[in-house]
Amino acid sequence: METIVFALLNGVIYGLLLFMLSSGLTLIFSMMGVLNFAHASFYMLGAYFAYTIMGATSFWLALFIAPILVGLVGAVVERYGLRKVHANGHVAELLFTFGLAYLIEEIVKIVYGKTAVDYKIPSLLDFPAFTIYGASFPAYRMFMLFIAIGMLVGLWFLLKKTRAGLIIQAALTHPHMVGHLGHNVPLIFMTVFGIGCALAGLAGVIAGNIFVTDPAMAVLMGPIVFVVVVVGGIGSLEGAFLASILIGLLQNFAVGISASFADIFWFTGLSPTSEIGDITVSSLAPVLPFLLLVLMLIFRPRGLMGEQEL
Amino acid sequence: MSDVSQTHASLAPSSAQKFRQRFLPFLVFGAILLLIPMTDPSRTMYALMHQMAIYIVFALAYNMLLGKGGMLSFGHAVYFGFGGYLCMHAMNWIDDGGVWGAFPTFFLPVLGFVGGAVSAVVIGSFSTKRSGTTFAMISLGVAELIFAGAFMFDSLFGGEQGISGDRMNGPEVFGLSMGPQSDIYWFMAFWTILSVIAMYAFTRTPLGRLSEAVRDNPQRVEFIGYNPQRVRWLVFSISGGFAGLAGGMSAVNYEIFTPEALSLIPSGFVLIMAYVGGITYFAGPIMGAVLLTYMSSMMSDFTEAWLLYLGLMFVLIVMYAPRGIAGIVFGFWDGIRGANSAELLRKWSVQLLGCLLMLIGLIILVEVSVRWSNGWGEAFEPFGLHFTHADIVTWIAIFVPIVAGGYVLRLATREKEEMPA
Repeated sequence: METIVFALLNGVIYGLLLFMLSSGLTLIFSMMGVLNFAHASFYMLGAYFAYTIMGATSFWLALFIAPILVGLVGAVVERYGLRKVHANGHVAELLFTFGLAYLIEEIVKIVYGKTAVDYKIPSLLDFPAFTIYGASFPAYRMFMLFIAIGMLVGLWFLLKKTRAGLIIQAALTHPHMVGHLGHNVPLIFMTVFGIGCALAGLAGVIAGNIFVTDPAMAVLMGPIVFVVVVVGGIGSLEGAFLASILIGLLQNFAVGISASFADIFWFTGLSPTSEIGDITVSSLAPVLPFLLLVLMLIFRPRGLMGEQEL
Repeated sequence: MSDVSQTHASLAPSSAQKFRQRFLPFLVFGAILLLIPMTDPSRTMYALMHQMAIYIVFALAYNMLLGKGGMLSFGHAVYFGFGGYLCMHAMNWIDDGGVWGAFPTFFLPVLGFVGGAVSAVVIGSFSTKRSGTTFAMISLGVAELIFAGAFMFDSLFGGEQGISGDRMNGPEVFGLSMGPQSDIYWFMAFWTILSVIAMYAFTRTPLGRLSEAVRDNPQRVEFIGYNPQRVRWLVFSISGGFAGLAGGMSAVNYEIFTPEALSLIPSGFVLIMAYVGGITYFAGPIMGAVLLTYMSSMMSDFTEAWLLYLGLMFVLIVMYAPRGIAGIVFGFWDGIRGANSAELLRKWSVQLLGCLLMLIGLIILVEVSVRWSNGWGEAFEPFGLHFTHADIVTWIAIFVPIVAGGYVLRLATREKEEMPA
């Protein structure tokens, strides 16, 4: 029973974290048609910036400043890099962000070293929040949950309830018309790119200390975020949300199941010592998102909520 | 139209042009390959050349997708790996004797082609339904899936240690025992030239032409009655086959294959190689493969940050020279033979000066930072100079060339804008 409760909680938290990353990616993609390959690198930058700021001041300051810094870096990248490459088409843009991901990783390696940095959970939140069935649940994870929900509400409010959100939504579909109405469309693009990167940075700030903050964290996270975006339906925020939660739950439940293929497919007479029979569901967890991607592409190519087949 | 007599036939290249464009480069390439062993290369030179040969084939196969087919793949090493793994297994089957015992190791790349092509046919059946960005994401997801899955099937992929074999079994062909590096050289030369010619010939087939059409305008291809998905699938399969062939060459060369070969790292490397070389030229990926293999083996001796330089070079090429090194080389060649070559040369030398200045500043910055971050108090000492991060002179030596170079480049671009179009 506690396995289910914990997997549920962790799954939702991980899912919301994925959504923090994939929402920015989806917004940027549907607005500019750019798939930001370096998106997970901004997530990594968030964690590293927070580590530096936390060393100098406190975690609470880092929580606000690091995402803003990451957002600014993103805006600069858009203004001086992407905008220049834009003329050469989407493939060039994708390649640019691919190269950028490479560069960010190498620069991080030079500045912070190749091994993981000691980015800790703030001591204020380092206690068990509650105990069920004899196992305790860390308070920091609850804090992550609240931050993620806060971000979700904030993003929803920004996009649906404010004038700026209205203009952003209009610019998603009709950038020329928005331009004719006198809005500075390139500035909107830059802002959205910045916000998207800041969200990724925020995810890095709150996840970097619970996972590991090392130069490989971008490479580990990046492909999963892409899977979320494709499974959710490219360009759909709702889809990205569903897919994030789905993948979060799927992975966390799979980790908790120690049954092997031989146990599950006992009726086929699969031997537990054979190579396939020996595979456990928990060892399958890291592969599941990609398996989901392939299945999705075969059976429902437009994704969960995608409007058209791309 | 003044020249009304222009017909299809008069537009066709003369046979001299045909020879110069279609045969001469291959003759020169073949002659170079024949002449290299006469210089009696060292073991390291051989090792480097074999690596180049593998990457030339791999990068050309990759460019069949990216340059000719417009499909950006982040996971092409999967097919390289499948080809290579099949060859490794075959090498062990040859060792076991039986029917396989009669198979010469020299022809293993044929199996590599089969392995790569078959896996590409299977995976391509769903991944090539899309093109562009979606295809790129799918290729990434599939590559991750296969890389992660490879560790679950030890009998196929050999787990962490991979699979190793011995290339010296099986019957000898062409009098090559496949043992010494000089024997492997002929093996490499044979398969490289064969695949280069085959891939060039492919660009001249109707399918090769169609793949370019699908890249540029899939809708119109559909209008004239072809199925763009099918064309993509076919091209993808053939490209996967050549990638597998390169994998087979690699299997014979190193006699070991690990799941790392399927990962995103070699996939990214081949992408960078093809793009830096120039994807719009057939020869581009060859140049990229030769240059980057050379750099990766030589520069990693000089600097720890060579991957940073590689990334920087890639980003700069994407931003400022999307036609790659081949574009620069051919542009330069056309420029000095053109009408206003003096003017162009002057402009280029100014640009070159600006780039060099910025490069000097950048190299000092990177090298000093690397040493600073290592924290061993080591100084960057090129040509007897002495740079430490605590020294103000270092920072002057970094920022003065960067600013000066930037200014020179700005001047050069402004001049270009002022010139009448």
